[in-house]
Amino acid sequence: MSHLDLPRTQTRAPRTGTKAPGPRRRRRILPGTVARYAVLVLMALLLAGPLVWQLSLSLKGAGEPLYDRPPRLIPEHPTFEHFGTVLDRIPVPRYLYNSLLVAVMAVVGNVVGATCAGYALGKLRFRGRGVVTVLVVAALLVPSETVLVSQFLIVREAGLADTLVAVALPTLVAALNVLLMRNAFASLPPEFEEAAVVDGANAWQRFIRVSVPQVKGVMTVVAVFSFVGSWNDFLWPLIVLSDEQNYTLTVGLNRLRGTFYDDPRLIAAGTIIALVPIIAFFAVLQRYFFRGLEAGGLKG
Amino acid sequence: MTATAPRATAQRTTARGGFPRWRSGRSLRRRDRLATHRWFLTPWLFLAPALTVIVLMVLVPFVNTLQLAFTDSTLLRTGDFVGLDNFRKMFDDERFSTALLNSTLYTVCVVPVMVVLPLMLAALVASTPRLAGFFRTAMYLPVIMSPVVVGLIWTNMLDKQGLVNELAATLHIVSEPFPFLSDRWLLLFSAMFVTVWMGLGYYMVIYLAALVNIDRSLYDAAAVDGAGTIRTFLDVTVPGVRSTMALVALLSSVAAFRVFGEIYVLTDGTGGVGGGDLTMTMLIQREGTGLQARTGYAGAISLVMFVILGGLLLAQLAVQRKQRNS
Repeated sequence: MSHLDLPRTQTRAPRTGTKAPGPRRRRRILPGTVARYAVLVLMALLLAGPLVWQLSLSLKGAGEPLYDRPPRLIPEHPTFEHFGTVLDRIPVPRYLYNSLLVAVMAVVGNVVGATCAGYALGKLRFRGRGVVTVLVVAALLVPSETVLVSQFLIVREAGLADTLVAVALPTLVAALNVLLMRNAFASLPPEFEEAAVVDGANAWQRFIRVSVPQVKGVMTVVAVFSFVGSWNDFLWPLIVLSDEQNYTLTVGLNRLRGTFYDDPRLIAAGTIIALVPIIAFFAVLQRYFFRGLEAGGLKG
Repeated sequence: MTATAPRATAQRTTARGGFPRWRSGRSLRRRDRLATHRWFLTPWLFLAPALTVIVLMVLVPFVNTLQLAFTDSTLLRTGDFVGLDNFRKMFDDERFSTALLNSTLYTVCVVPVMVVLPLMLAALVASTPRLAGFFRTAMYLPVIMSPVVVGLIWTNMLDKQGLVNELAATLHIVSEPFPFLSDRWLLLFSAMFVTVWMGLGYYMVIYLAALVNIDRSLYDAAAVDGAGTIRTFLDVTVPGVRSTMALVALLSSVAAFRVFGEIYVLTDGTGGVGGGDLTMTMLIQREGTGLQARTGYAGAISLVMFVILGGLLLAQLAVQRKQRNS
């Protein structure tokens, strides 16, 4: 979503407050407490409901009536056949592979590119440092939609149209990540580097042995958000890709509705297939998402 | 979930207008402590990959868009300079006014909800410490889902025979199903709802981080004064996170104006019946790509969008500055 999210200067942010103050902490159950929980449960239903319904739809047997009144949540004849049908009619594994390839490029590009550049901007003294920083901030302020057409023309000129490299290219090193890494390096105490200089270490050795190990947390945040951002990107791959063999998952899924417009069960099965990897990813790396949000107010 | 948050650092970044400013004074002092290197090219080698991508894929395209906007280029032909023709054409282009109206409406409707609702949720979640972790995770889940997948899910939900309409029929609210996905305005509002559904968790997590920094004694004082939940929320919580609210307003307004994925999927890529649900981003995508692309015209639309987004940013910064001074 928003790319205008600016990085915070701090690298380690407070964990979110489960201990944030509640106005009252008495033992008795107050009507306010009941109302509070009721609203929360309602919210949880509103958020989880659609997902649960998709799961239910995807499991409903072919002969089962979809449009019961009242709607039925538990499938009468649960079946996995719709998942098979989707996989048969749409090359989902191919799309998954393409998405993964683009995401890996984005992660490697951002982690390596932003870390190196961040180190130069945060730790090295050289003429032109201010100018480069201004350029990076300027790039941060350019919304991707407004340069879409020119990006496409450049990619096309370079003969990269309809390739996965082109899909990864515009976000291969994001300005936001460069600034995040710059701030991470800048906030490190200078003593370590100074000691390494005394020991005769050159810039590369100091970078690899001294500074990088201290900003691994921020690097993980950059990696996680680059992955999700690339995995969910839709507009740019939609523009760049034309051959179905090259589709990423989002572009391929977009065709679900056209292909299966007659059967919501198949659309539901398709969305479930698409959701499983990203939910697993989120479950495993959850803490980095929240750490990242607090550190940079950035989003995938 | 430790309570030992480095409060001072957090306040430093949030208290002064929600997001950090580049402290030039400090970085000047810091320059003396930056490490030296022996070879003049060393920093440039470090910068090379990032600078290449940023210059080639962001800054050059931006300058290129500035040029394109004043030409009549198409995808297959480099056009001539035509001055302000593209912008004049825009005024007569019905799709442009539709897109501008829709994106503006989107921003006007979504932003207030995004500023207020996640804050209320965050206050609720924060006041139920035992469940806070669970709710934070649950509500963040839609945030990491692709707009395409979310769009498909809600297409299924809002269809003529989707769950929402079936529930409404079961409760005998309506005799006819709501045309969520075919009526121009209903579709637009459905898309807004989907955007809010996806974004709530993101802004809630931002608010949760800000709530930690409110002085707890203020809550105790409010309790002593006999303030109820709502009074406390209005008089303690809201003033305490005012700068974060400004940040959320900024982020969500820019995001709302740029909306694409949700509405693209809900309209099945058509932009609604007769293009009535086109947004600015959709218009750029349609005009600027494909073999019939009018890249010059699309460039001009992009430029207008850039100016509007820049204006949003400046307006918010001005409001923040005013708040800080008063």
